[in-house]
Amino acid sequence: MEEREIIRIEGLTKRFPGKDGDVVALEGINLSVNAGEIFGIIGLSGAGKSTLVRCINLLERPTEGRVTVCGQELSMLKGKELREARRGIGMIFQQFNLLMQRTALENICFPLLLAGVGKRAAEARALELLEIVGLSEKRNAYPAQLSGGQKQRVAIARALANEPKVLLCDEATSALDPTTTRSILALLKEINANLGITVIVITHEMRVVEEICSRVAILDASHIVEMGRVEEIFKKPKTAAARRLLFPGGEQHAEIPAFGTKSQRMLRIVFDGMTPFEPVIANMVLACGAPVNILFANTRAIEGKTVGQMVVQLPEAQDAVSRIEAYLNTQNVHYEEVADHVF
Amino acid sequence: MFSEEMLNLFGEGTLETFYMVLTSTLLAYLIGLPLGVLLVVSDKDGIHPMPIINRVLGVIINLLRSAPFLILLVALTPVTRAIVGTTLGSTATIVPLVIGSAPFIARMVESSIKEVDRGVIEAAQSMGASTMQIVLRVMLPEAKPSLLVGAAIAITTILGYSAMAGFVGGGGLGTIAVNYGVYRYQTDVMLVTLAMLVIIVQLFQELGMRIATRIDKRRK
Ligand SMILES: Nc1ncnc2c1ncn2[C@@H]1O[C@H](COP(=O)(O)OP(=O)(O)O)[C@@H](O)[C@H]1O
Ligand SMILES: [Mg+2]
Repeated sequence: MEEREIIRIEGLTKRFPGKDGDVVALEGINLSVNAGEIFGIIGLSGAGKSTLVRCINLLERPTEGRVTVCGQELSMLKGKELREARRGIGMIFQQFNLLMQRTALENICFPLLLAGVGKRAAEARALELLEIVGLSEKRNAYPAQLSGGQKQRVAIARALANEPKVLLCDEATSALDPTTTRSILALLKEINANLGITVIVITHEMRVVEEICSRVAILDASHIVEMGRVEEIFKKPKTAAARRLLFPGGEQHAEIPAFGTKSQRMLRIVFDGMTPFEPVIANMVLACGAPVNILFANTRAIEGKTVGQMVVQLPEAQDAVSRIEAYLNTQNVHYEEVADHVF
Repeated sequence: MFSEEMLNLFGEGTLETFYMVLTSTLLAYLIGLPLGVLLVVSDKDGIHPMPIINRVLGVIINLLRSAPFLILLVALTPVTRAIVGTTLGSTATIVPLVIGSAPFIARMVESSIKEVDRGVIEAAQSMGASTMQIVLRVMLPEAKPSLLVGAAIAITTILGYSAMAGFVGGGGLGTIAVNYGVYRYQTDVMLVTLAMLVIIVQLFQELGMRIATRIDKRRK
C-alpha cells in the first residue's frame, strides 16, 4: 500500500511566556504521520507531549512552524474555519472529560449537535457508536455511574461521532488499570483497522507503544530525539532517553547485589522472534567459562511478535567478555553494551 | 391574638415581600448572569481572553459590592425616582435591590462556572465548539447545580436587603417590622414579621438545595 501522509509538522516550536522568561515546551519538531497508521509519541512527564498533541488540532497555537492535517494547513486557520477543521480530528483524554450532567448517549450526540446535526439523526448515529464501543446497554447512564474504562469508551465514541480522519489520544490509558488498558488499546486497534482512522497515541508507557504502535517518536525535553519503527527502536535504542523508557523503574535493578563480580560493564541482549532465553544464556556461560549476573529480563509482544530483552553484568576479565561476544555473534540475537547510568 | 386587620397586614406584607424579592432576583440575574459569564470568558485564561474588559468589569463589580446596601439604597434615590417616579413602596425598592445584588450575583455565577472542569471545555473546543456554544451548552448546563445553590443564596440575601429597605419605606415585611416594632413598640408584631422572614429564608434555602441535589448527576 502506498504511504500517504496525513499529518505533517514542520519546524514546530512552542514557547509559553512566563514571568522569568519563556518556557520552551517544544523546539524544532518535524514529524510526518502516514494515513492509517498508529503512531506513538512517548516521553517522560513534562517532555512536551500534551503540548505537541494540542498543537496538532491547534488547541495550542504554535509559536513557530507549520501544522498540516489532511492537506489543510491548520496553523493558517482561524475562527470558524479552524473550528470546522477540528471536527475532522477526534481527541480523547486521560481524564475522559465527559459532560457530567449528560448521559452516555447525550455525550455522544453532543459533537453532532454542535455540528448542526438534527436531534433524531444524532441519536441514531450515537446508538451505532455505542454499539461499536460495546456499551449499548449503558446509553442512559451518567458518567458518574460508569467505570473508568467505560467512560473512556464513551469518550472514544464521542470522538468518532463526526467521522474524523485522525484520532488523538493524550494519555488515554494512563488513568486505567492494566486489564482495562489492554481492552481500550484493543478497541483503538480495532477502530484503526476497521474504520481506517489514523491514531496518534501519546503516552509515557513503553508497553502502550509496544502493544499498538507501528512507529514511534521519542520526545525528550522538548525535542524529538529518536523516531522510527517500534521494533527498531526497541532493538537498537540510540539515545539515553529511549533506554530510560525501555527500562521503566530501572533504578531498582542497580540494587540487585552483584555476586562476586565488581564489573560495572553491562550487556543488553535482544532476543528476536522465537529464540528462547535460557539456551542462549546457558551456552554463553559455558562458552566463556565465567558466571554472568542477570540484572533485568522481560519479554514483550511488539506488533504480534515476541521480543525479549535481558541485561547482564559482564565478567571483569576482558577475555571472558570477548568470548561472550564471540558466542553471541553466532546467535540470532542483537546485543549492545550499555552504560550503567541508564540504571 | 392579632386582629383581622393585623392578619391582613401580615398577609399583604408577605405578598409584597415575595413580589419584591422574586422580581428583583429575576432582574438581577438578567444582569448578573451575563456579567458572570463575561467575567469567566474574558479572563486571561478564559476561552476568549479580553483583559481590558475583564479588568474594568472586575473593578466596577468590586466597587458596587464594597458599598454597604443601606448606603447604596440612599445613594440611589435619584436613580430610583427617575426610573419609578417615587422612592417609596415595594416597586421602588426593586431598583436598589437589583443594582445592589447584580454584582454579587455576577461573582457567584463566575465562581459556579469556574468549577466546571477545564478538561471538559477543552474537549468541547477539540470538537469545534464556538465560544457561544461552550457557554450555552457546556458551562451553564454543567454548572447548573452550583448555579441553583447560588440562586438560593441570592434570594435569601435579597430578602435580607428588602427587610433593610423597610427602614426607608421600602414596603413588605421589613416596613411592618419597622413601623410597628420600632416606632410603636409592638414587639409581638416585630417578632411575627421576623419569624415570617426566617421561615421564608429557610423555605428558599431548602428548596434551592433540594433541587440542586436532585438535578446533579455527578453522584449517583
Ligand atoms: N499553558 C502553559 N503555560 C505555561 N507552561 C506550560 C503550559 N502548558 C505546558 N507548559 C509547560 O510545557 C512543558 C511541557 O508540558 P506538557 O506538554 O504538558 O508535557 P507532558 O504532556 O509531556 O507531560 C512543561 O514544562 C510545562 O510546564
Ligand atoms: Mg501530558
